[in-house]
Amino acid sequence: MSACLDIRDLSAVLPNGQRVLRSVSLSVQPGEVRALVGESGAGKTMIGKAVLGVLPSSVRIVEGNMKLEGEDLGKLQPKARRTLIGARTALIPQDPLTALNPSRRIGPQMTDRLVRILGWGGEKADTRIRQLLDEVQIRDPDRVLKSYPHELSGGMRQRVLIAAAFAAEPRLIVADEPTTALDVTVQKQILRLIAELQREHGTAILFVTHDLGVVAKISQKVSVLYAGKVVEEADTAALFAAPEHPYTRALMAATPRYTDPFASLMPVDETVLAGLAAEIAAADQAWRRPHG
Amino acid sequence: MVEPLFSVRGLKVALPDMTRKPVIGRAPLAEILKGLDFDLPSGSVTGIVGESGSGKSTLGRALVRLLEPSAGSIRFEGRDITHLPEAQLRPQRRDLQMIFQDPMSSLNPRRTIASIIAAPLKQNGLGDRLKERIAEALHRVGLPQSFASRYRHELSGGQRQRVGIARALALSPKFVLADEIVSGLDVSTQAQILTLLEKLAAEMGLTVAFISHDLSVIRRLCQQVIVMREGRIVEASATDALFDNPKETYTRDLLAAIPLPEIDADWLRPATKAPA
Amino acid sequence: MDEARIARRRLSPRLWLAGGWLLLALLAAIFAPLVAPQDPLAQDLMLERLPPFWLDGAEPGYWLGTDSLGRDLLSRLIFGGRIAFIVAFAAAIAACLVGSTLGLVAGYFGGWADRIISRIVDVWMAFPPVLFAILLVAVLGTGLSSVILAIGIIDWTRFCRVIRAEAMGQSRMDYVENARIAGYGRIGIMLREVLPNVVPSIVALLSLEMGIAVIVEAILSFVNLSISTDDPTWGGIIAEGRLSIHQAWWVLVFPLITLILTVLSFSQFGEALKTRFDPVLR
Repeated sequence: MSACLDIRDLSAVLPNGQRVLRSVSLSVQPGEVRALVGESGAGKTMIGKAVLGVLPSSVRIVEGNMKLEGEDLGKLQPKARRTLIGARTALIPQDPLTALNPSRRIGPQMTDRLVRILGWGGEKADTRIRQLLDEVQIRDPDRVLKSYPHELSGGMRQRVLIAAAFAAEPRLIVADEPTTALDVTVQKQILRLIAELQREHGTAILFVTHDLGVVAKISQKVSVLYAGKVVEEADTAALFAAPEHPYTRALMAATPRYTDPFASLMPVDETVLAGLAAEIAAADQAWRRPHG
Repeated sequence: MVEPLFSVRGLKVALPDMTRKPVIGRAPLAEILKGLDFDLPSGSVTGIVGESGSGKSTLGRALVRLLEPSAGSIRFEGRDITHLPEAQLRPQRRDLQMIFQDPMSSLNPRRTIASIIAAPLKQNGLGDRLKERIAEALHRVGLPQSFASRYRHELSGGQRQRVGIARALALSPKFVLADEIVSGLDVSTQAQILTLLEKLAAEMGLTVAFISHDLSVIRRLCQQVIVMREGRIVEASATDALFDNPKETYTRDLLAAIPLPEIDADWLRPATKAPA
Repeated sequence: MDEARIARRRLSPRLWLAGGWLLLALLAAIFAPLVAPQDPLAQDLMLERLPPFWLDGAEPGYWLGTDSLGRDLLSRLIFGGRIAFIVAFAAAIAACLVGSTLGLVAGYFGGWADRIISRIVDVWMAFPPVLFAILLVAVLGTGLSSVILAIGIIDWTRFCRVIRAEAMGQSRMDYVENARIAGYGRIGIMLREVLPNVVPSIVALLSLEMGIAVIVEAILSFVNLSISTDDPTWGGIIAEGRLSIHQAWWVLVFPLITLILTVLSFSQFGEALKTRFDPVLR
């Protein structure tokens, strides 16, 4: 079975030559949730953007390739690439408020994608959207479709965006910190919804988060990132049972747990950070040699 | 029993509700805090937890009197400060300090770190031996002396928050309000900042109100917890009692919603159908 | 990161180009009697409409040619610069002082102070500025001080609006709140925490306003409402040049170029200053 998403040795640089992605390799199998976890600056969001083809113009991919269901994105013409990405992927964004246009009603914003990119008829799109709103447990679709974004709560807006993401039956969804802006009780509902829809639709998800707790609950596979480098990758269960990389262990020890307050919230050891810096430097050295 | 540092009775705060502001005229008032009663014992660290809209930040701002309550009373060391006008409040400010959530916006971009720490000192009659006091404040939070001449944009998030702590503690206050001070930081930095605050609070005998949405952090740091929801106190008790034996459903829901970093296949299962 | 920042600070050609032109024009204006090749008022009908130096029939010593009364164009431009710069500095500073102060008060204090000031600004902006200026000068009488006063009276709103918006943004910052916690009073906070953060914008606006003042002065001179007609002004030279455009294009073109370069330099200089001296800009 071919992977839904396969990234091999992806490197990206800033205009000043600094690498922001360091030979990243990862794959997402059909119907699987892979978490990308790391702290700020780890490059996790960057990978999501690279997959969706929306990297900022200052970031340049210099090496590696990305295959979406076997199709090499780098080899496609820009227009063909856009069409392929548009048809097979979707995004659940971090901030449900800025992701929606404040001056348009929810309904047209949700059907837009189906009508414009997939060429569906208005009626078909409308039926589909209502079906999805039902799946995300929105009980009064008429009111929601007629609302403006600011008239809905944060949790409702995120439900709407989840419904929109699943509506076109994408093969892969990039979820970029989709619950970071939400309260814990709402976060739990939203995570539950994503997991449910993901299972039912068999969609693969690349789930970007900084929270190891969320990783443990939602994903089957996980890649731990630091400074644009995958430092450890494993089955989620295996990772939590026995984290191998010192950084992963430090991250776990730093994550607060109310069940065990004095064994959590441990500051990261200087030697771990020094080790990481050395690892990054060595990787850069090895990378630069053939690239002169 | 020793008199508590803060004693709050029937506290209500109403603020203009800008979402309901008519085109012409004033915005109607919305009651954010709907009558709170609690004490903050001297030298204790109290966690104030709640979701957005619970009023926890408003409560914090009322304690340090950035807001004036609309009803009820706040007594600080036995003195009623509920409606003290700004001028009479000023001598009290020295003992009522605050650390902010966003260390970026809490530091003036055009001032050096030294000047930021010096401001409260100068204003409160501690302008002598300024250099020494700044050095001491930096040392206390584990920042090198060379940072005195730097600006906010030259610091990392964790370092900025250390400056925020240094500034708040420079006056050796009796009370510090810490409003979501680690929620913008990475977990590794978060741990450092919390350990620092924990150490300093113990050393200096501070009374701390620690506002947070994260119960895990609160359990580690606080001796007592106040759980808030929609402007009211849901439950208030000693930390261990609250976590080991939460009395209110809402508290239990909050705890159950925290995704702990451990595998739990049942966590995402839909809740068992509530009885009809 | 640091290297990039240093590079940005060093390489600012627009700062040097704009500043260079302004310095040159300013020095020429200050030392006009020394640098001007001719007396700007001396008429000589034998020398009328001489072309600039590279054309046939040019006369040495009259680099940019002469106007229809035989007055040296370059000298007139240099002396005209005196009035242009006096008006630019005085009027812009007047507008800046009034506008920035009111803007700061409105933006930081908010409430009814803001409501009153904002209403006045709204009413002010409803007048078309050039007509307003002509009207004011007609009322105040012609002369240097009326021109300066008129521009100040009209253009303070430009400062007020921008500074109000910036001060408003600043007043929501946590460091402003913290200054209260540190025991500062309202005015102290405004001066200590808010003002330094709006200074770069004030500087940029001030420079821009100087360019605008030069234009307004030129317009007033053009419609003969500025200074006494004897003193050369850029607007006055342009007005005269317009009459002889078919016989002597240079009398119109050179003052126009001077005017445009000066106004452009003022606005570019302000922007460049703002980026250069802002420690915050990444």
